[in-house]
Amino acid sequence: MKKLLLAFTAAALAASVSMPASAQEKTKACFVYIGSKTDGGYSQAHDLGRQQVDKELGDKVETVFVENVPEGPDAQRAIERLARSGCAIIFATSFGFMDQTVAAAAKFPDVKFEHGTGYKTAENLGVYNARFYEGRYIQGQIAAKMSKTGVAGYIASFPIPEVVMGINAFTLGAQSVNPDFKIKVVWANTWFDAAKEADAAKVLVDQGVDIITQHTDSTAPMQVAAERNIHAFGQASDMIKAGPETQLTAIVDTWGTYYVKRVKAVLDGTWKTDNTWDGMAEGILEMAPYTNMPDDVKTMAEDTEAKIKSGELKPFTGPVKKQDGSEWLKEGETADDATLAGMNFYVQGVDDKLPQ
Amino acid sequence: MLIAESILLTIATAATPLLLAAIGELVVERSGVLNLGVEGMMVMGAVCGFGAAAMTGSPWIGMMAAILAGVLFSLLFGFLTLTIATNQVATGLSLTLLGLGLSSMIGEAFVGSPGVKLPTLANGIAEIPLVGQPVAGLFNWLAGIPLIGRVLFEQDPIFYISIALVIGVTCFLFHTRAGLVLRSVGDNHASAHALGTNVIGIRYLAVMFGGACAGLAGGHLSLVYTPQWVENMSAGRGWIALALVVFASWRPLRLLAGAYLFGAVSIGQLHAQALGLGIPSQLLSSLPYLATVLVLVLISRNRRLTMMNTPASLGQPFVPDR
Repeated sequence: MKKLLLAFTAAALAASVSMPASAQEKTKACFVYIGSKTDGGYSQAHDLGRQQVDKELGDKVETVFVENVPEGPDAQRAIERLARSGCAIIFATSFGFMDQTVAAAAKFPDVKFEHGTGYKTAENLGVYNARFYEGRYIQGQIAAKMSKTGVAGYIASFPIPEVVMGINAFTLGAQSVNPDFKIKVVWANTWFDAAKEADAAKVLVDQGVDIITQHTDSTAPMQVAAERNIHAFGQASDMIKAGPETQLTAIVDTWGTYYVKRVKAVLDGTWKTDNTWDGMAEGILEMAPYTNMPDDVKTMAEDTEAKIKSGELKPFTGPVKKQDGSEWLKEGETADDATLAGMNFYVQGVDDKLPQ
Repeated sequence: MLIAESILLTIATAATPLLLAAIGELVVERSGVLNLGVEGMMVMGAVCGFGAAAMTGSPWIGMMAAILAGVLFSLLFGFLTLTIATNQVATGLSLTLLGLGLSSMIGEAFVGSPGVKLPTLANGIAEIPLVGQPVAGLFNWLAGIPLIGRVLFEQDPIFYISIALVIGVTCFLFHTRAGLVLRSVGDNHASAHALGTNVIGIRYLAVMFGGACAGLAGGHLSLVYTPQWVENMSAGRGWIALALVVFASWRPLRLLAGAYLFGAVSIGQLHAQALGLGIPSQLLSSLPYLATVLVLVLISRNRRLTMMNTPASLGQPFVPDR
């Protein structure tokens, strides 16, 4: 039965490759999404980036995307199908596509590959990521100012460095305002399951948190927060529509500029493998408008944002202790990128045991 | 608000869609038909319910649309498996895949639209002229009972329907003649046919009932649980409902227990995490499934009892006069 199901999924996948009709001589830029392009979160942000490529390079480039590609073996089929169909560059946008993208890159040496949020590179495989933790640090500061209970709830997806880094940055931001601030973490073990994310949010509110932040992709937690009259942060896209009086701000992924730059490089023949890790300064992520907060909190947030952009403030700067109390960063010491990219421990103040 | 009250409410919300979809499938399987398309019917119910509610502004119309969508979708399954006797497993699976795809297509216009939430039963009744206000007042007063008040009297109408359906299905299956006929069709369709029972007709009715329940479960997801439409929002709950039917060994009251056990374990594991007990979250996340397996093992220890409850003709196509 499972085989049958897989066969159907493959057929469905094949059918969902959308190809806008256009002249054949255009360069093809292809995108693989884990969710639907209208998920209101992560995949939608990537699709907005694709649309920017369409808008700016539309006369020379045609874009193709495949949505709802599950992480794992199915992803390989989707990626290879794109490679075979003549894509010049393929953006695999989810962390879990990593090994499949690496395999596809080895199989199709003439196609350029770019893997989002990963760390494995090759001659024809670059990686790109955004320093989301910069935004999370600001969110942490806002949370500590806005919370009355002194506890924020964090709905996390999977214990990968990217997510752990976010939790730590949020915690450090909050502690910079209130050293006793606590974070409660719930692992949903999914990127996208609206009902489960809503359950997690309800559970956190029941346990006394009055700020919710999430590293999952649906707007359900925002809705629960609105229902229970507390505040929340949006994830990946501006979620203000789900909580007009609830959202404080959101980390908005703005991949477009990077996508345009890289597709242009393919057109010019200057594409080289890279390891891009841009931050707010380069414009790969933005903060949604600071709303539903008093002016002094807003000023603080804007101030921090400006300092991060100018490079004056780096969120992971010592003194920072690990969760067990041992020293991680000395006074004034800043964590290097390699440590951040492989982060597998909590800083002090996180009320959770990291799943290993 | 007591935390225990709130936990009970969350569990009831988590269990209701599972219970609804499963009670429908239980009747379908009791009639000898295996419909693996629950997930598809559920997600169609969710999108049609949300769409109708968003367009008319009325969550009640949304619920009706959800039920209707489930029934129509189940009729497609009925036509294929009952009238032209296709393989039920393959047809059910394709129904699920079709439902997931079709719902994404229909739903594209509704992504990000503001949701309409179904009011609680008390608030719904309050809108009825004359008698509404006093009855609602009674409900609100009863909701003040510590611990169980809110979970029993401050719920959405779908919760009450789900409980009523369990009781109704129990009475129907085991205490009415029609229920006996339906079970006989599921146990031995050839004999039932020989006795002059309209096997296909009864199975059509059962399949439609299953569709209505799955549609309602979908409506609950998009109008009560998380009042929004997102693709694939059933997220595998249809499959869990299917497992629950086996788990309950085709008995409605066990189904009720199973759905609430599953809901309780899934909410409980989130609470355990938020409390920071230090138990690995992967283990906690798998608890609902481990519990299901455990109960299945315990139940199937007595082979004779299991056989007694399993509809003997389950999944076999019936072609009269062959």
